[in-house]
Amino acid sequence: MSRSLARRGALPAFAALAVALPFGLSASNLTTATFVVIAAIGATGLNVLVGYAGQISLGHAFFLAAGAYTGAVLGEDHGVSAALWIPAAGVVAAIFGALVGPMALRLKGLYLAIVTLGIVFIGQHVLLNSAGISGGPQGRTFPPVVIGPFDFSPGQTLQLGGLTIDRSGLYYYLGLVILAAATAFAWSLRRTRGGRAMLAVREREAAASLMGVDVGRAKVGAFVVSAALAGVSGALYASYLSFAQPTQFNLDMSIQFIAAIIVGGMGTAAGPLLGSAVVFALPSVLKSLPFVPEEGTGGISVGDLTSISYGLLIVVFLVLEPRGLVGLADRLRSLGRRSAAPDFTPAISLNTPEEAHP
Amino acid sequence: MTQFLQLLFEGVSLGATYALVALGFVVIYRASGVINFAQGAMLLLGAYLISWMAVDVGLPFGVAVLAAMGALGAFGAGFHRVALRRVVGQPTFVLVMITIGASIAVSAAVEAVFGDNQRLLGDPWGSSTFHVGAITVTWVKFWGIVVAAVALAVYFSFDRFTRWGLAMRATAGDEEATLSAGVPVGRVHALTWALAGAMATLGGLFLAGFPSAPAHGLGDAALRAFPAVVLGGLSSSVGAVAGGVLIGVVEVMTSGYAPSWLGTNFYAVAPYVVMIAILLVRPYGLLGVKPAERL
Repeated sequence: MSRSLARRGALPAFAALAVALPFGLSASNLTTATFVVIAAIGATGLNVLVGYAGQISLGHAFFLAAGAYTGAVLGEDHGVSAALWIPAAGVVAAIFGALVGPMALRLKGLYLAIVTLGIVFIGQHVLLNSAGISGGPQGRTFPPVVIGPFDFSPGQTLQLGGLTIDRSGLYYYLGLVILAAATAFAWSLRRTRGGRAMLAVREREAAASLMGVDVGRAKVGAFVVSAALAGVSGALYASYLSFAQPTQFNLDMSIQFIAAIIVGGMGTAAGPLLGSAVVFALPSVLKSLPFVPEEGTGGISVGDLTSISYGLLIVVFLVLEPRGLVGLADRLRSLGRRSAAPDFTPAISLNTPEEAHP
Repeated sequence: MTQFLQLLFEGVSLGATYALVALGFVVIYRASGVINFAQGAMLLLGAYLISWMAVDVGLPFGVAVLAAMGALGAFGAGFHRVALRRVVGQPTFVLVMITIGASIAVSAAVEAVFGDNQRLLGDPWGSSTFHVGAITVTWVKFWGIVVAAVALAVYFSFDRFTRWGLAMRATAGDEEATLSAGVPVGRVHALTWALAGAMATLGGLFLAGFPSAPAHGLGDAALRAFPAVVLGGLSSSVGAVAGGVLIGVVEVMTSGYAPSWLGTNFYAVAPYVVMIAILLVRPYGLLGVKPAERL
């Protein structure tokens, strides 16, 4: 009871903090926060696929790319409004998800992970060789978001009462609105028939199937939802960058998203947000540390240090707290209420007996 | 015809190297049901260690290779001890993700320590060649085949004729029964990680040989051994070797014969295309067996 009350209080506080955040941040920190919010949309999608349905995918970068280039082709090459190309990015990525999803029906667990890894490489190859869409290896520009009176082009600001919101701030708020919707959707998904089917498939596919769960539908559905959110995230990401190359949508990007949901806590609603905040803010946080050398002055580079850190974060969290930051918070809370029995409900238990060794 | 034979030779040589890397996956998978996504990073680390010891320290090349194999063996066993033994009983998913995390951390650490420039491998063969008929054979590719064949023979005899090999096969068969028969299963797992580390080092050696070099892209090259192991079926040692050779030949042949509409560098993704095509027809690989599941 106290727990649900605490959560009820936490949600508005968290929302208020998120809305007020841009006014307390320096320009570079706001850029980081914007990337975090945009990435968290994609992480929320991956969480549905991996955390809910238990399907391991290393192909998330591919779906981000699908969304990003849909946005570029529609928004820049055909002059379509952002009110259309942002949803279209989600739809096109979802279609790719629906095409890849059926592979999960035949391939289980680790085989699926390897195939989705292959899809990232194949997708990159196709993009690198389709100069008309991607600009080839040199990359291309991506359109700024322009919806009615809101213009997110570089240099534009929005005056709202006495407040000035700059370009990063605009992307931040747009991302925040979409993220809130995505999180609410993912949260309520767990309480629907389709969402419960995904959880059942995660826990034990054969048993779920025997109880009448349509396993194929649950898996493909998870792929579609996951890809759609990845597509929107990718379109916003590329638009905010305003220039990107196909090689940026690589395996490392997929693994960053995996790291985000593991660090945050798989299968929970808040996990992808917390995890994204940690993983995607890492480069800026590390850059600000006193012992990290400036870029280009020799010594260990920020990029390497970032990779080492999130690699280790994955290992450390899985070894010590597989439920991620959400699990850690639960632990701290139960420490706070000493008398109460600790809550050992696992946020996640991915039993995939098909791959368990005989 | 000459071009075909030339490509066939190069494909078999590359494939022999992939076979070593793929066998590293299978050894671990058979014992503990984990796919080691860190195999590419271990391979990268092995190649750089060889290069460092042979070029910077100045050890004789053979000693450098053996020392690097030993170091990677210790690294593999150590990684198993420090990280994986703590999560025994967790779902396989968790173990696999741990290897992904380790992979990222290790390859970034290699780049941080050695910089991102290409290095010299320090091998005695360099770009020297000899001719068989019209085919040009580089010594490093020739030795790649020989060393892979010897290493595979050593591994298969170890697996077949020694007590530890027996223990490895028993663990693959039924872990709990093996444990209750008094076999130290934890140590068997550590052994498989050490073996995989040593094989990865040999794979790294020949993937980094002429015309390549120890560079950061080696990790991606090692990922192309994934299709090999998947084709053969994750639980089949023979399948891993066959799949490795097949993927090597496919990769080199497409680099020679792929039509231009497939795009530049299609050879680098050809293994994945073949893999997906085959997996959709046979989801457990060519030689893999669908495991039975008890409810």
